[in-house]
Amino acid sequence: MSLAVSTPSSPTRLRLGLRAGLVIFVLLLGIMPLLNLLPVSHPLHVSDFLVSITGKWICYAILALSLDLAWGYAGILSLGHGAFFALGGYAMGMHLMRLIGPRGVYGHPVLPDFMVFLGYQELPWYWLGFDSFPFAMLMVLLVPGLLALVVGFLSFRSRITGVYLSILTQAMTFALMLAFFRNDMGLGGNNGFTDFKELLGFSLNTSGARAGLFYASLIALVLSFLICQRLTRSKYGRVLTAIRDAESRVRFLGYDTTSHKLFAFVLSAMLAGVAGALYVPQVGIINPGEFSPANSIEAVIWVAVGGRGTLVGAVLGAFTVNGLKTWLTSAAPDLWLFVLGGLFVAVTLFLPKGLIGLMKGRGR
Amino acid sequence: MSKGRRLYLDGVSVVFDGFRALNNLSLIVEPGELRSVIGPNGAGKTTMMDVITGKTRPTGGKVLFGETDLTRMDEAGIANLGIGRKFQKPTMFDALTVFENLELALKAPRGPIACLRWKLTGEARTRIETTMAEIGLTERAQDLAGILSHGQRQWLEIGMLLMQDPELLLVDEPVAGMTDSETEHTAALLVRIAGRRSVVVVEHDLEFVRALGRRVTVLCDGSVLSEGSIDHVQNDQRVIEVYLGR
Repeated sequence: MSLAVSTPSSPTRLRLGLRAGLVIFVLLLGIMPLLNLLPVSHPLHVSDFLVSITGKWICYAILALSLDLAWGYAGILSLGHGAFFALGGYAMGMHLMRLIGPRGVYGHPVLPDFMVFLGYQELPWYWLGFDSFPFAMLMVLLVPGLLALVVGFLSFRSRITGVYLSILTQAMTFALMLAFFRNDMGLGGNNGFTDFKELLGFSLNTSGARAGLFYASLIALVLSFLICQRLTRSKYGRVLTAIRDAESRVRFLGYDTTSHKLFAFVLSAMLAGVAGALYVPQVGIINPGEFSPANSIEAVIWVAVGGRGTLVGAVLGAFTVNGLKTWLTSAAPDLWLFVLGGLFVAVTLFLPKGLIGLMKGRGR
Repeated sequence: MSKGRRLYLDGVSVVFDGFRALNNLSLIVEPGELRSVIGPNGAGKTTMMDVITGKTRPTGGKVLFGETDLTRMDEAGIANLGIGRKFQKPTMFDALTVFENLELALKAPRGPIACLRWKLTGEARTRIETTMAEIGLTERAQDLAGILSHGQRQWLEIGMLLMQDPELLLVDEPVAGMTDSETEHTAALLVRIAGRRSVVVVEHDLEFVRALGRRVTVLCDGSVLSEGSIDHVQNDQRVIEVYLGR
């Protein structure tokens, strides 16, 4: 009898299969920008549209992974993870705005267009530093991380769990949305930021920059996956699972569950922030709509459809649901919300373990 | 090992919305002692456990473990101090294996980073295997806790307590719902455990308490009604009235 440390609950063959599938999937994604370089007439040509939308989905997959860590493992059903994504996006957006420099419509040497329009005389203090790329990247991690730390600390310490915590996180993202809609936040109001020009010296509307962002996102996805995998396969991951299933029992074992949940929640928020930061330069805009509670709920549905607590499922769910969304919103736009809602109900009723659970059933 | 600390409850009261769950309860458990606590429903047995483990704050009185005042500490702090608790309803982590359940309970640094870096050493593995042998679950090491039988779950939970290497073990109704042979096995297990550690067993089953054969405390309406050997207690007129007579 071997006492393997890894969870022996899933059949190893399936696990190997999933891992191989994942590697093939990443490789396929990896050659997409290369196939995009082929002439349009070539049968293997991949359109600009497909490359750019896949780049977005990769960011969504990172968001899904981060949510799976919090929900699938630690049992923190966050209905406000979109807020961390959006904050990461805003931090990146502020950097991109600073890089526009005097090329704005109003041609002001320092101030972004919306500030000139709103009559700002100088840059607000919280914009200082965002002209530096390393500083902006630090903020991409720190701002969502700090928000998660504060919200998490206050709620976990007060032992707010389950549906109450979900409502709290939902309220958090809604409050942020309202705040970001206000012009006097100095963050672009309801228009947010757009009209970005360049990043790290590369003009954003070249296919080279698009491919670069695509690969950066893909690398971030792989790294996030490996980090989450390392975490969840360690004893720490088993502590999280234990907290998810019987938190007070874990407390009686002498674990300070608040710090364990906080660690997972903050890390998860940082990953979501990275996803948002990679998303914004690819779509070319960030506005308060990203804080909309509906976005966060959609992310929960991705994870539920894929299968929570599996990591692979989160990635699978993000791509599947978003693929379906892209197809349906052009084929039958009125139907999409019904399908999304129906999908959630169906998964909850018939596939509690998501698509991965379905495969496991087959694999036996 | 019985240089351990004594548990001392002095005049402990707990009031819930005017209801006195514990009423001026005083109790001493000596190091290494095996003590049974019995009493009718609502006598305050579980509330007493809650107070000792920090789940409930007493309205008045002192709870001392050695020199340490437990009323100022939280559950995790008390657990790390060396007081382990087995709940009435066995709670373990069904999604983890028997081995992993014991591994989580094993005394080791408890912080997130320490858990991330945790490596299963030979010594830790030996301790887990020893405990599995003691509770008779060696064969089930790689099975998920969720598929164990009721009796096996109770033993796994006792095993998890042992992994914490506690000085004092609080065991709440260990044999409820067990078969006779499981009950016997459990009594033997608890007697083996005591001596190296103090054990407090809360139980309804008088046959089981007799099998343990040690000092018995009878609780009623939140305070001690009688204390002594099982024969002494069973012949105490007040005990017969409130408890055994029913």
